[in-house]
Amino acid sequence: MAETASTLVIFAHPVLERARVGPGLLAAAQGAPHVEIRDLYELYPDFTVDVEAEQEALLRHERIVLQFPFFWYAAPALLKEWLDLVLTHGFAYGEAGLALKGKVLACAISTGGGRAAYQTQGHNRFTIDEFLRPFDQTAHLCNMRWANPFVVHGAAVLNEADLAREAARYAEYLRGPL
Amino acid sequence: MTGSILVQIFVYLAVAAIAAPLAKRLGLGSVLGYLVAGVLIGPYALKLVGGIEDVAPFAQFGVVILLFLIGLEVQPSLLWRLRTAIFGIGSVQVVATTAVFTAGALALGLDWRQALAIGLIFSMSSTAIVLQLLEERGLRRGKVGAAAFGVLLFQDLAVIPILALLPLLGTGPAAPTAAAAVVHGAGVAFLDGQPAWLKALAALAAVAAVVVGGRYLTRPIFRSIARADLRESFTASALLIVVAAAIAMELVGLSAALGAFLAGVVLADSEFRREVETDIEPFRGLLLGLFFVTVGAGLNLPLAMQEPTRIGLILLGLMTGKALVMFVVGRLFRLDWREAGTAAAALCQGGEFIFVLLGFAVGARVLPTDIAASLTAAVALSMAATPLVVMAWVRISRPRATLADIPENTFDDDAPQAVVAGYGRFGQIVARVLSANGFRVSNLDVSVEQIALLRRFGRRVYYGDAGRLDLLRAAGAGTAKILVVAIDDRERAQEIVRLARESFPDLIVLARAFDRRHAYELLDAGAHVTERETFEGGLAMAAEGLKALGWRAYRAERATRLFRRHDERLFESLRHLWGDEERFTVAQRESNPRMEDLLRADMARISGEDNVSAGWDTTSLYDEIRERAAQGESPDVPAQEETP
Repeated sequence: MAETASTLVIFAHPVLERARVGPGLLAAAQGAPHVEIRDLYELYPDFTVDVEAEQEALLRHERIVLQFPFFWYAAPALLKEWLDLVLTHGFAYGEAGLALKGKVLACAISTGGGRAAYQTQGHNRFTIDEFLRPFDQTAHLCNMRWANPFVVHGAAVLNEADLAREAARYAEYLRGPL
Repeated sequence: MTGSILVQIFVYLAVAAIAAPLAKRLGLGSVLGYLVAGVLIGPYALKLVGGIEDVAPFAQFGVVILLFLIGLEVQPSLLWRLRTAIFGIGSVQVVATTAVFTAGALALGLDWRQALAIGLIFSMSSTAIVLQLLEERGLRRGKVGAAAFGVLLFQDLAVIPILALLPLLGTGPAAPTAAAAVVHGAGVAFLDGQPAWLKALAALAAVAAVVVGGRYLTRPIFRSIARADLRESFTASALLIVVAAAIAMELVGLSAALGAFLAGVVLADSEFRREVETDIEPFRGLLLGLFFVTVGAGLNLPLAMQEPTRIGLILLGLMTGKALVMFVVGRLFRLDWREAGTAAAALCQGGEFIFVLLGFAVGARVLPTDIAASLTAAVALSMAATPLVVMAWVRISRPRATLADIPENTFDDDAPQAVVAGYGRFGQIVARVLSANGFRVSNLDVSVEQIALLRRFGRRVYYGDAGRLDLLRAAGAGTAKILVVAIDDRERAQEIVRLARESFPDLIVLARAFDRRHAYELLDAGAHVTERETFEGGLAMAAEGLKALGWRAYRAERATRLFRRHDERLFESLRHLWGDEERFTVAQRESNPRMEDLLRADMARISGEDNVSAGWDTTSLYDEIRERAAQGESPDVPAQEETP
């Protein structure tokens, strides 16, 4: 079932040209079967999100993956704008808002800090799951199933081989049941 | 005085130059001006011109062009959108009005053919006057406006069959007047003596030739001319098409006007419609003016005026008849009594086409000249009287009982919040965005064609030079919040800004600047905001260029945003260089383009910083992380800038 489930990747990266992990992950998503990618910063450089087009894209797929660099423990500004504008009352939530019911929501993020930093005793004091709670709750409100996130840690210290391995792991993640 | 053709041309042109503006200033409309002037110079008054035969061919060509332009307006989409108003209200109005006046004329003892001719002719109202009136009263957009527009358009269309019908009502051989030639294929009747079926076949073939030729031949021609960028050949070709269509029809004994109309319809949805329209428009104005002058000159109006009672009665009959019919028709089509009354009052006059049709009717020996003269006089008076009738009706129909319920600012509600001076390429973008977002915008422009078009689409457009205080006030500058100066003339723009700032201290003035220097001048004149017309377009193109060079869209967007800010700061910092115009003229001219300053600042910017802002620049952070990792610390250090 998961093999054929189609996936929408909402990709948001304001400086992809400088990113280390981003390009590899994007290429992995592009190569994965049944995946449509919406590159928000390329589509809406002026932040004028086409709500209708985005909602139509959401309807086309069973699984939604929000892919972004984890700057300041949150999504880039345009992805926040996207969430604000696209997940409207009556569409995504509310009594009549059942368009996303039963779909899957996941996050695919990359962090500069290593895995150990995202622990209660670590440098960042909270786990990734804790940081992603707003998205978890977003899925809940929209009657979606919240899936385990895909995380690449330690962007700063990964070498070329590491980057290739992470990209392959992401391709595998997208191919799997989430 | 009636000697050479040059003298005659001189007289006609002088009349066109003097009478039309004069009449317009008196609020009578240019048609009345031409008509009265024609009467004055004609053989029955000052005798400045003799017969009208010399100018008749030119004059009739004005009518041909008018019908071509009407044809151009007949776009299928417009017809469909207003189908109820045009084919419902319009057709019923024309048929009912014709019936009423035919019956009236019969009752007065006229021959049935004459009666029918008068009935048909009197069904016409004046497009120019009605649209102008409704616009002035803010009624153009509502149900009344739609109904009136539908009626007027249907009348325009009805002219064609009426033109074809009139000669059939003739009681004698046609006389060679300006008008008659347009109706008949005058002179070129090579089909005379041929059997009827052959004539009909030839007519069909001619119509087909115009349609097919117009559709498939004109486009490639226009396209090649447009590519070669030869304005005058474009005008020539447009005129050529009109003439060719007219000749095709004349050859088979149909009217030249019909041919021109057909050609117009065929071209109505071509991409060259606007271009053709604007190129032909001056000819229409001039030749149609000439036509109305000849109509006036041909009238024995002084004689008719000797019977004021007769004319008064005709006038009364014409206006009440038309008003009553329109009122009933309006009620039939579900207008309430007040709306129907307004439409009736607005459409109660006779139109410009009546003069045309009366001319034809005389030429075709349908009506004797004395009746035509009386009717013409009555129609002219009805046109002049219409504004008064509408004003009276609005006053009568105003709901008295509920007057107290209407808040005092009713009028203000309708007042424009923004005035856009200059509805050209620049101004119309501004106006469209403002009105698309629900603001009431009034526009001022000096292009008559542009205005006619815009009014038809329900926009408030006033004709005139925004440099005139009374016009600015009439357009609503006294109560509006903002004025956008977007006219195409550097100096005029500055004058308007200055005038507006002096006369309307609360008005926020935004001005379109041609370039940097002009922007400074506008600011000096008192503009609150200026926008250089090419700047945003250039920036947008730069962004497209960066994208084409492989940049991500957002990076290109940010680069142009940063450049905009940089340039705006530069604009401020260089402002003092322009300074006092009198004292620094020479110094200014030397430093004027200031290109070196611009380029130097650009270079400094480029070498100084990349367009990635420091917040996203992870180089130093990553160096730090790697350093610590190398020293054996765990790499899971920094909190901020969690970057891939």
